[in-house]
Amino acid sequence: MTISAVLLQLFQDTLVVLIAPLLLGWVNQCRAWLQNRSGAGVLQPYRNLAKLFHKDAALANNASPLFRATPYILFAAMWLAAALVPVIATDLPLSPAVDVIALVGIFALARVFISLAAMDIGTSFGTLGARREMLVGFLAEPALLMVFFTASIISQSTSLITIVETLAHKQFVLYPSLAFAAVAFVMVLLAENARIPVDNPSTHLELTMIHEAMILEYSARHLALVEWASALKLLAYTTIGIALFLPWGIAEAGDWGALPLALVALFVKLTAAGASLALLETISAKMRIFRVPEFMGTAFLLAVLGMLIRFLLGS
Amino acid sequence: MTNLFGQLINLFAALLLLIAFAMLSQRRVLSLINLFAFQGLVLSVSTAIVAWSSSQHHLYYSAALTLLLKVLVLPWILHRLIRRLNVKWDVETMFNIPTTMLVGIALVVFAFNLAAPISQMAGTITKGTLGIAMASVLLSFLMMITRSKAVPQVIGFLAMENGLFFAATSATYGMPMVVELGIALDVLVGMFILGIFFFQIRETFDSLDLKHMEKLKEE
Amino acid sequence: MSAVTPLDLLGASILGWMALGLGGLFAPRRAILALIFPAGAAAALLVAGAALWALGAPAETAVLPLGLPDLPFHLHLDTLSAFFLLLLGATTVGISVFSIGYFRDMDRATLSLLCLEYHFFLAAMALVFLADDAYLFMVAWETMALSSYFLVTTDHHVPEIRRAGFLYLLVAHVGAIAILMCFGVMQGGHGDYTFATMRDAHLTSFWASVTFLLALFGFGAKAGILPLHIWLPEAHPAAPSPVSAMMSGIMLKTAVYGILRVTFDLLGSQQWWWGTVALTLGLLTALFGVMFAAVQTDMKRLLAYSSIENIGIILVGIGLAVTFHAFHKDALAALALTATLYHALNHAFMKGLLFLGTGSVLHATGERNLAKLGGLIHRMPKLALLVLVGSLAIAGLPPLNGFVSEWLLLQAFLLSPGLPQSYLNMLIPVAAAALVLAAALAGYVMVKFYGIIFLGQPRDEKIAAAHDIGVWERIGLTWLALGCILLGLFPVFVILHIDPVAQLLVGHTLGSSAAQTGWLMLTPILPERASYSPLVLFLIIAVGIFFTLFAVKKFYHGRLRRGPAWDCGFPEQTARMQDSAEGFGQPIRQIFELFFGIVREVPSPFDKKPHYHGETRDRLWDLVYLPIARLTETLSALVGRLQHGRIHIYLLYSFVTLLALLAFIR
Repeated sequence: MTISAVLLQLFQDTLVVLIAPLLLGWVNQCRAWLQNRSGAGVLQPYRNLAKLFHKDAALANNASPLFRATPYILFAAMWLAAALVPVIATDLPLSPAVDVIALVGIFALARVFISLAAMDIGTSFGTLGARREMLVGFLAEPALLMVFFTASIISQSTSLITIVETLAHKQFVLYPSLAFAAVAFVMVLLAENARIPVDNPSTHLELTMIHEAMILEYSARHLALVEWASALKLLAYTTIGIALFLPWGIAEAGDWGALPLALVALFVKLTAAGASLALLETISAKMRIFRVPEFMGTAFLLAVLGMLIRFLLGS
Repeated sequence: MTNLFGQLINLFAALLLLIAFAMLSQRRVLSLINLFAFQGLVLSVSTAIVAWSSSQHHLYYSAALTLLLKVLVLPWILHRLIRRLNVKWDVETMFNIPTTMLVGIALVVFAFNLAAPISQMAGTITKGTLGIAMASVLLSFLMMITRSKAVPQVIGFLAMENGLFFAATSATYGMPMVVELGIALDVLVGMFILGIFFFQIRETFDSLDLKHMEKLKEE
Repeated sequence: MSAVTPLDLLGASILGWMALGLGGLFAPRRAILALIFPAGAAAALLVAGAALWALGAPAETAVLPLGLPDLPFHLHLDTLSAFFLLLLGATTVGISVFSIGYFRDMDRATLSLLCLEYHFFLAAMALVFLADDAYLFMVAWETMALSSYFLVTTDHHVPEIRRAGFLYLLVAHVGAIAILMCFGVMQGGHGDYTFATMRDAHLTSFWASVTFLLALFGFGAKAGILPLHIWLPEAHPAAPSPVSAMMSGIMLKTAVYGILRVTFDLLGSQQWWWGTVALTLGLLTALFGVMFAAVQTDMKRLLAYSSIENIGIILVGIGLAVTFHAFHKDALAALALTATLYHALNHAFMKGLLFLGTGSVLHATGERNLAKLGGLIHRMPKLALLVLVGSLAIAGLPPLNGFVSEWLLLQAFLLSPGLPQSYLNMLIPVAAAALVLAAALAGYVMVKFYGIIFLGQPRDEKIAAAHDIGVWERIGLTWLALGCILLGLFPVFVILHIDPVAQLLVGHTLGSSAAQTGWLMLTPILPERASYSPLVLFLIIAVGIFFTLFAVKKFYHGRLRRGPAWDCGFPEQTARMQDSAEGFGQPIRQIFELFFGIVREVPSPFDKKPHYHGETRDRLWDLVYLPIARLTETLSALVGRLQHGRIHIYLLYSFVTLLALLAFIR
């Protein structure tokens, strides 16, 4: 571990936490454009956060300490997740501590805490949201893990760094198994980040909401942290997608000269990914909640199939 | 260069299988037809690649024929058909979709094990793809079994032919031209006949649900 | 041999437990609570210490001048025994201390009997781990079964509990017969039932397979492997909570020990298909257990099904280890085996903690039904915190212990490509997927378990009177919770202690590679292949939390006001509007409808007194057990025809039998 690597890690930590709302704003702006609206601008999430932080927090009478602690746990977990994904360079000192399985574990940890917090007040919507979130999660988590495993078998490693290095820097090879994994991953990304067709982040339509139902009781700084954590989660998922399926352009360990280029590449990729996400959301329709297990089951099976293909074709 | 071709063909084979699974999990007739057209496109491109890499010129004709028939003509006919029959609604499946896909995965494993000894013998650059071709044939068959409406069944039938065609190109660099033309004609004519049948079925039962055919047995 | 050896200490503890149990019969009530249970806990601590010592010491054997003439008891303490004794001792410390507080309201007669059974149960389990001949093993095994039967039926005036106890005893004996036959096959005609002889006996592959299958069946009946799990969800809830904790945390592991002892130690070599059988059975058991856990409405039944799941995961690990070892991939076998043993240890701690936690809830509220609980985090905050640790651990979340063993197991799966069996190669990814699915569902189950019991509004008025746990309970639970945390944070140390076991069973260890980058980082194979550091992960998250907290406090005001819940502006908030336990399990019930036998009674809209009843039945009960029961009844009815009630005819039967035997033997 060198000083430069530590600096790089700190730089990435700061970078992700700052640009996460920007990505969210960009996706929302793209959605607005695609829907013929002018939109609130890419900086709107920052304004929302600032507004929320300045408000007085209102807490339900029977909120327990768990409820108040959850936003912080959630934020820290998502921050860690986003900070771990190699986005600009493959030289992150924290990365060996947390491999892909542990990364999935961190997402699960966050999910369990937010679901528990949702059940804490004991309202009808809270428990409903928690149940639905766990329903989506118990299928999304294995699907995500299977996507990672497909990549792991190719690179003979579960370390995210090694996976990215193998995919980005070794000889160019086409992996059909990754095609399956990519489709499954996009489905998981949509479900896990409460996007259409699984959930709609921009409505409080009672009967269909999942994520919003869970955080109904949060306000002010707590809500701000939860929202920021969601933005970080979206960023983490997007960068994981980029790292697995479009890793080119990332700087090698110790190669400082490539950093500016890698940074530019990252921004181009994030812009494109955000726009595609908005497009995907615009052209699909929200699903009935009972179709969601089917959707997630399909994602899971596709990911398993990707792994099988890897075993069968050897490519 | 050969290596890249091999990878490309593997990729297209995987895409073919992906589309077969997508068809298996798709409820809407309209999307089913689009997927079928897309499968035809993948098939056509992969045939062209095999043609390029193995310099088998007759395969170019196959690719063009596939493009014409399976990407343009048949989907167009199917589109017209469902508009005329007014059957754009969701297809009810007999089993729920994850179960069907689970069976599908078992079929893939089975197909690969079946194809393993044959592909050992095949000397072409596309060794691994025979299993995929066989799997997509079986998957299309499975789709025919699990759908109760007539139009998806026909699409399943056509997709099955796609799988066979892929098997032929990948394992043996294609069949003789005559055979291919014959099959193409068969498919086209079969399509027309089935179209006529649809209208007949609907006139008789007021529906395209094949469950009504159960009435036809002797009591 | 003047120096004290681990075996001496263990023997002393076992004798101590027996003496304590007998002493309980004569001691007054207060002495049982104030002296005997603490002494039992101290003996458990001694067992744990001696076992830890024995893990690093050479194997010991001893012949006891007990037993029948010419058939003495043999004891053998090797690393495998030591590991399981460590599990037994370390978990029992917490459970015994907890019991001091938990049994404080029990009357003297029940308590003294319970004390006897409790300590004999412990002694019998310890002897199972130490036995070195089939005779002592079976004696200890049966003592264990019987004492636990009496423990289960502590509340024997309740008919359901008697029924649960009977079912348990029945399955336990069917299993015991299989184990006995397994030993019978293994002694290979020598007529000598010591394990040493069995190790030397060379069985043909057919008879070795028969032995393995018999062992899997016999020990599987004790462990609750599908389809022999049927007694587990009945017996665990019926027993008092500390007993449930011991049965689930420790007794199920005796079966794991048995399978490992027979497969790896007594049978010299393995065949790969045994591994496939164990793997498949394990996956089915795990998925079945977790699915049923998700739809339970009784908190202890939920935990019992979760135990079935964890046993399934352990069996998957055993299956992998057998497969790898059969193909002579010893390093991988060591990895799978380490994961298995690690998970067994973890499960003892987490499930002990959770069962004790439910005991405290039951004690405070008198309610096992999830439909009547809720909001206990306000009434019992200390318990809520401790149970939260257990719930997160069993849900397999980092940085706690459940995650480490699952992580190791998944690593073993990922390393498996390249086995010389093509079907096996394809089974492995599917199996990994199924395992991950079970692990993810465990998260669902634990959110349900914790959320319904501790969070939300109380669903019943009597919850308001609940009081938090006493000091003894707190110490016991804290011991186990600390175990969960430490086992999670310092995996390298744990693995170094599992290594001697792996060395004994598969002839390879993980330690040298696991610790190659220091104790902080767990790297089971190579650093660039996989690495995990729970401590670092924990610290970063902790730093992240405190940094955020600090930043928010620093830059913004901390104004806060309390008010009624918002809930989209809905004015009435009654406890009945929350999800019930059934409601929370509903999606699972719907998705996996095929596997459940669902019985529903839905009222019609015109019912004056609407009554809703839903029940999720175990299909295997109808498919496997009822036909067997019916067959048994038919056969007994046939036998019943012989019964006439006239003494002459009975004498005639005996006479005919005698004649037939004489003619046969001649």
